[in-house]
Amino acid sequence: MTEPLEQMIRREGGRVLATLVRLVGDIDLAEDAVQDAVVAALRRWPTDGVPNNPPAWLTTAARNRALDVLRREAKRTAKESDARLLDDVLISINEATTDSMVRDDLLRLVFTCCHPALALEARLALTLRTLCRMNTAEIAAVFIVPESTIGQRISRAKKKIATARIPYRVPADHELPDRLPAVLQVVHALVTVGHHSPAGNLDARADLASEGLRLARLLTELMPDEPECTGLLALALVTHARRASRRDAAGEVILLADQDRSRWDRAQIAEAAATLDAAVRLHRPGRYQVEAAIACLHGTAVSFEDTDWSQIASLYATLELFTPTAVVRVNRAVAVAHAQGAAVGLSLLDNLGEADLAVIDDWHLLWSTRAELLARLGEVDAAVAAFDRALECSPNDSDRRFLLRRREVVATERREAS
Amino acid sequence: MPRYAALIYEAAATAGTGTPEDWAKVMAEYTDFGATAGAAGVIGGGEALQPTGTATTVRVMGGAKGGEVVTADGPFAETKEVLGGFYLLDCSDLDEALKWAAQIPGAWYGKVEVRPVIDFSQGM
Repeated sequence: MTEPLEQMIRREGGRVLATLVRLVGDIDLAEDAVQDAVVAALRRWPTDGVPNNPPAWLTTAARNRALDVLRREAKRTAKESDARLLDDVLISINEATTDSMVRDDLLRLVFTCCHPALALEARLALTLRTLCRMNTAEIAAVFIVPESTIGQRISRAKKKIATARIPYRVPADHELPDRLPAVLQVVHALVTVGHHSPAGNLDARADLASEGLRLARLLTELMPDEPECTGLLALALVTHARRASRRDAAGEVILLADQDRSRWDRAQIAEAAATLDAAVRLHRPGRYQVEAAIACLHGTAVSFEDTDWSQIASLYATLELFTPTAVVRVNRAVAVAHAQGAAVGLSLLDNLGEADLAVIDDWHLLWSTRAELLARLGEVDAAVAAFDRALECSPNDSDRRFLLRRREVVATERREAS
Repeated sequence: MPRYAALIYEAAATAGTGTPEDWAKVMAEYTDFGATAGAAGVIGGGEALQPTGTATTVRVMGGAKGGEVVTADGPFAETKEVLGGFYLLDCSDLDEALKWAAQIPGAWYGKVEVRPVIDFSQGM
């Protein structure tokens, strides 16, 4: 089987599934039917040729399959409710599916799979399963958990959708402020895990990052008037554009300062900047637009030294208004250190409140950030001690090697200086 | 006549995860209670709830009406709040139930857990 055909089927599969769920009103039945249609397509298309309209072919094959199952079920149980469901499905199936219906089908599936009444991990697994057509083994490989765990997450989520009656509908405009964050959080997690996850299979994570970008594009296409959607797409683009430079051949982390900027995808960074402009013109700022603005400033800087750090520092101050988390405050301290000197950055870290420290006291990046700032101020002993503290936070293997390398460099500089 | 609410707390094992035999035994015991207490005329109403896996908890931030509504998967995790009452809401789906739940003052003075009632007419 050729890979492109499988990829194309996977790409169209989400749309076909979304339509099927509307037609049959049941995610499990729709999934089985789409799966059967995909198997049939993979068997027939290589010999018969790919049909003119692959999604239409898949939709027809899947709904015929679903009808077979429903007819058999109605006959077997002779239940009135099953017969009524079959009638409903027959009626809706005879309606032609228009482009705007497909658009609504997809939105319905997005908002159902990403309903805030589902936990983030369940939303992620369900979205990857349905919209991205990944199987449980592939999803498990990304999150480094047993396949059975993913299977349980998905079946529990589906059970909750059915039992608690999470509706299959597009939220009204006034509901979007409550509903959209749960959707964007899923896409943001895909992009973040895909590009920055410390562990797991590299290929699986690359796939995940691509899926995150694809979903961000899809959401922006479906909701062009939502600036946070567009902002998240800009963030996904600029993150994706820098993917080749983040790790060396051995898979080790490379710091932003040391990354080979000639390997950044300039065209994709330009697309990100233009996308962000479009979002900002809607005049409804939000965290993802600010994060994209920060990432775009890095992406367009000629060199690390040439980066507009004061602009980045002020954007972090804005980001702190939207997401007042300890992690954002640490990142802001780094930007401030570059803009106004290590001492000012360090004082921001010193002023972190108790509530923040309770959250991040065992976060190795807090301590490695402190170590780097101390090193720049020439406080080598304190810097080495901070690296040691970072190493006590049980970072993953790759981060541990990185911290040991940095600790060695800082300690060596002192020996050379003395 | 004073009214009392009898709130039932039980291990998850009796809430739909046990064997069919366990479930049948529990159901028979509840049927038995329903018959006895029903004959005595003391039952003013009651429902069985779906397992906690179907629960959603709603909270309104800021301690006052109109704050940001935070919706979370899962049942209310008991801390210092105590059960203060309940409403039975007739709603067409979870979104409608959550919309109403977020308007209950308890949502800003504490949290409100929303759980579907078991519809025995649909079979189990």
